[in-house]
Amino acid sequence: MIARLLPHPGLTAMLLVMWMIVFNSLNPGVALLGLVFAVLVPLFSAPFWPERARIRFGWPLLAYVLLVVWDIVVANFQVARLILFKRTRDFRPAWLSIPLELHSAEAITVLAGTISLTPGTVSVDISTDARHLLVHALHTEDPEAEIAQIKTRYERRLLEIFA
Amino acid sequence: MSPVTLLPTLLDALTAFLIVLGGAFALIGSWGLARLPALMTRLHGPTKASTLGVGGIILASMLWFAHHGEGASSHELLITLFLFLSAPISANMIAKAYIHRRFRRCSAPEDVETELPAPPGERTDWATFGAPEPSETSERCET
Repeated sequence: MIARLLPHPGLTAMLLVMWMIVFNSLNPGVALLGLVFAVLVPLFSAPFWPERARIRFGWPLLAYVLLVVWDIVVANFQVARLILFKRTRDFRPAWLSIPLELHSAEAITVLAGTISLTPGTVSVDISTDARHLLVHALHTEDPEAEIAQIKTRYERRLLEIFA
Repeated sequence: MSPVTLLPTLLDALTAFLIVLGGAFALIGSWGLARLPALMTRLHGPTKASTLGVGGIILASMLWFAHHGEGASSHELLITLFLFLSAPISANMIAKAYIHRRFRRCSAPEDVETELPAPPGERTDWATFGAPEPSETSERCET
């Protein structure tokens, strides 16, 4: 019964939290109306996600978010230094082809988004067999090390979260 | 100065610091957009401005309204969330359009620029080149 009414509890929780943030209040009336929508929207949007991702909510997910925020701050300073002080001819931009171990579309999307948000790398495309991700790096001395870093720092953690 | 008057001063100082930090990163990002040589390198400028640049200003806004305005506002969190959802996607679409125009896969092999690595594997290519043709009469490869 609960599973039929709440086919996607994570989505329901997220919609409710977003609704509360939009109204910027903890008023019970606001929460009740939000709950109605948070239950109805997943029910009616179910045909759009026939195979939904299984995400483990918990410490690894929180740790991942904090890690990405920290990396965004650090990488911002690194890229700012590159832009301000490096001569144009000293830039070594590179295309990186990252072999993927992640399989679900959602997990790969999160990885690609993470790569784009951390300054210095932008994810560009995915191979047709979904086993390689094309990434452009602004400046890298050692492309292999850059690929290895993305794989150990982000992909390994995402493998634990999307199980 | 007593602690009661010191705290607002500290908060104001922190707010000012965050605004300057955010503004500085937005400026550096725009400067990068202007000075970097090619489209793919230029793309790295705005992704930076939209993360730490806007992030710093949003944090400053939350702090300021928490102790000067009508109370804490959570809308800044939503701005950050939507920005973080949309910024990678727009960068991705620009990059895909760029490689699609720049590296044609169906022309003669000598025309294909070798800068872009192909994914390893026999029957695979980057998705933007491997998409099925919209129709049989498509003239995508004629040019």
